[in-house]
Amino acid sequence: MADRQLSGAEIVIRCLQEEGVDVVFGYPGGAVLFIYDELFKQDKVKHVLVRHEQGAAHAADGYSRASNKVGVCLVTSGPGVTNAVTGIATAHMDSIPMVILSGQVSTGYIGQDAFQECDAVGITRPCVKHNFLVKDVHDLAPTIKKAFHIARTGRPGPVLVDIPKDVTIATCRFEYPGAVAMRSYNPVVKGHPGQIKKAAQLLLEAKRPVFYTGGGVILSDASAQLIKLIRMLGVPCTSTLMGLGGFPGTDPLFLGMLGMHGTYEANMAMQHCDVLLAVGARFDDRVIGNPSHFGQVPRKIVHIDIDPSSIAKRVKVDVPIVGNVREVLEDLIRVIEASREKPDIKALESWWSQIGLWRSKDCLRYDRASSIIKPQWVLEKLYEITKGDAFITSDVGQHQMWTAQFYKFNKPKRWVNSGGLGTMGFGLPAAMGVQFANPGATVVCVTGESSIQMCLQELSTCKQYRLPIKIVNLNNRYMGMVRQWQQFFHGNRYSESYMNALPDFVKLAEGYGHSGLRIEKPEDVERALRQALSRRDELVFMDFITDQTENVYPMVPGGKGITEMILAEEL
Amino acid sequence: MRHIISILLENEAGALSRVAGLFSARAYNIESLTVAPTEDESMSRMTLVTSGSDDVIEQITKQLNKLIEVVKVVDLSEASHIERELMLVKVRATGKDREEMKRMSDIFRGRIIDVTESTYTIELTGTGAKLDAFVEALDKSVILETVRTGASGIGRGERVLRA
Repeated sequence: MADRQLSGAEIVIRCLQEEGVDVVFGYPGGAVLFIYDELFKQDKVKHVLVRHEQGAAHAADGYSRASNKVGVCLVTSGPGVTNAVTGIATAHMDSIPMVILSGQVSTGYIGQDAFQECDAVGITRPCVKHNFLVKDVHDLAPTIKKAFHIARTGRPGPVLVDIPKDVTIATCRFEYPGAVAMRSYNPVVKGHPGQIKKAAQLLLEAKRPVFYTGGGVILSDASAQLIKLIRMLGVPCTSTLMGLGGFPGTDPLFLGMLGMHGTYEANMAMQHCDVLLAVGARFDDRVIGNPSHFGQVPRKIVHIDIDPSSIAKRVKVDVPIVGNVREVLEDLIRVIEASREKPDIKALESWWSQIGLWRSKDCLRYDRASSIIKPQWVLEKLYEITKGDAFITSDVGQHQMWTAQFYKFNKPKRWVNSGGLGTMGFGLPAAMGVQFANPGATVVCVTGESSIQMCLQELSTCKQYRLPIKIVNLNNRYMGMVRQWQQFFHGNRYSESYMNALPDFVKLAEGYGHSGLRIEKPEDVERALRQALSRRDELVFMDFITDQTENVYPMVPGGKGITEMILAEEL
Repeated sequence: MRHIISILLENEAGALSRVAGLFSARAYNIESLTVAPTEDESMSRMTLVTSGSDDVIEQITKQLNKLIEVVKVVDLSEASHIERELMLVKVRATGKDREEMKRMSDIFRGRIIDVTESTYTIELTGTGAKLDAFVEALDKSVILETVRTGASGIGRGERVLRA
């Protein structure tokens, strides 16, 4: 048996089985027909047929974000892979481990401008962690092994394996490699002990410390260590959009999200702290605003990140620590526990009273008595009813920011959204992946009437696989975030941000075989949510008709410093 | 500031385009780039001349190290090193210029490697500045074409870049 010759297509499936892949999101086509034929002959790897390859990539991405596994998608050559590019780039920007298998025209046709040929490796090169073109069936298994290894280790990311059709037909003996050894790829895991000691010293001496945590906490599964360290020191913690859930959103030590739409207290604390511990976060433009404004204030910065290129990219740091966030936090906890020094309780008390003053601004307040549905109200109710325990995906825009502000994520991997690339259309297909990774769990896709239309066809996939996703459509008849910027910075000229001719979403959902609800009054919000969430077996599309003029506050205008916030009360 | 960076990378299809793509995607400069397999054919050695502030150069070396196929990166300009570039210059060599071209080539320690009735092709090796000086010294009207390889660099003494 061991010496039996397998075709490339069989090898692909065997590799997926060896990797423990239970579900693949894909769409068939000419170049991958032999792979689909092998999929058909077995039942260990389940294939989920999406309606557009972008959906396949987002679903694999969502699956990965809400589990500890590598998401896999399978697409054909040419338009199959170009359609997946947006999804691949989305995963790349948020460092999501994912393997994309793409079909390619046969090796002899490559470069001949053949039907459905495109340079998949060339097109995806800037938006993958790595990619491969497999030209020989003997290289297939070792390459797929490497792809999974590269995707999940170091700073994770998507890896594409491009497989020409003739390679799926050619045969060779199959042996799945046990381990991967690459002289050019050996990510650092352990932090430097000397640097960790320095960091511990700074944290213990700090008068006004802040923890600033990001997606690296989620990706390295470091939530438990983070919580332990923060509670040990009694320090305030703020999180980026990607880090939400890494530290409990309801904990009194949590300041809320920081950045462009961060809370007043988080941004103020970030600017006025004396020691900043950045954990798996990268000081990007939406987080610290203008770096020279941020740099005006002297503070010591400790930066833990697995990717050396994230350190000192936008902000100079005092103690860089390259390593896996979880391992470094464990070491840091050990050093602090062993230290004879204790945090400066007095200084911390006065720091917390300062933070209390900032908190009293109540920067997220909005008109709760409004007779029109406020989007924030819907999200507060959603949080209450699901007790913060649902898996929430979102699209991109105002609804995404409100979800980040108003849904208190208490656990990691519950919040799934496109942070870096900001991909509208992500929410629904990502929710499919989340639901496959967590069958039986409550999965809610918070979206808007513009975003949802970008991957709407996946409602059909949801029907086919009976995915009981709950869609919360915050329908303000505007591309809300575009409208908000136009109101603030473009003299109320709402250029092309109004969507005319919107579909009747209730009928649309029904057309796909789902249920739909339209909710137009604030007093109906809670009942609709309860009713929808109680229907465990079906997808319910809730179309909330919300206030068209509501804006996301606070807001740091692009290029400004993080304390230069526009607050609701100032308008 | 000008930096000369040496990169040891897997000798695989596409590795060069990953490096070139990185520079264009992140808007870094490439002044010159030269690459060929090493004595170990599984690896290539690339020399890349770039310029930028210290922060930019730090990012360049980090980003290069991040590429999966890159084995090692060193900024040669951080310590003493040697760099050489090869240039081939074809010049018009007729009348009194013929003698003058030979003399100029000798002064710059060039070698004439191809001769016709009307042209010389001169091979010249040295630092970029020396090659510039040679081109400067020639009468522009006699130059028919020039080809330069870009700089190759190596550390002095015991400073060695190996896998």
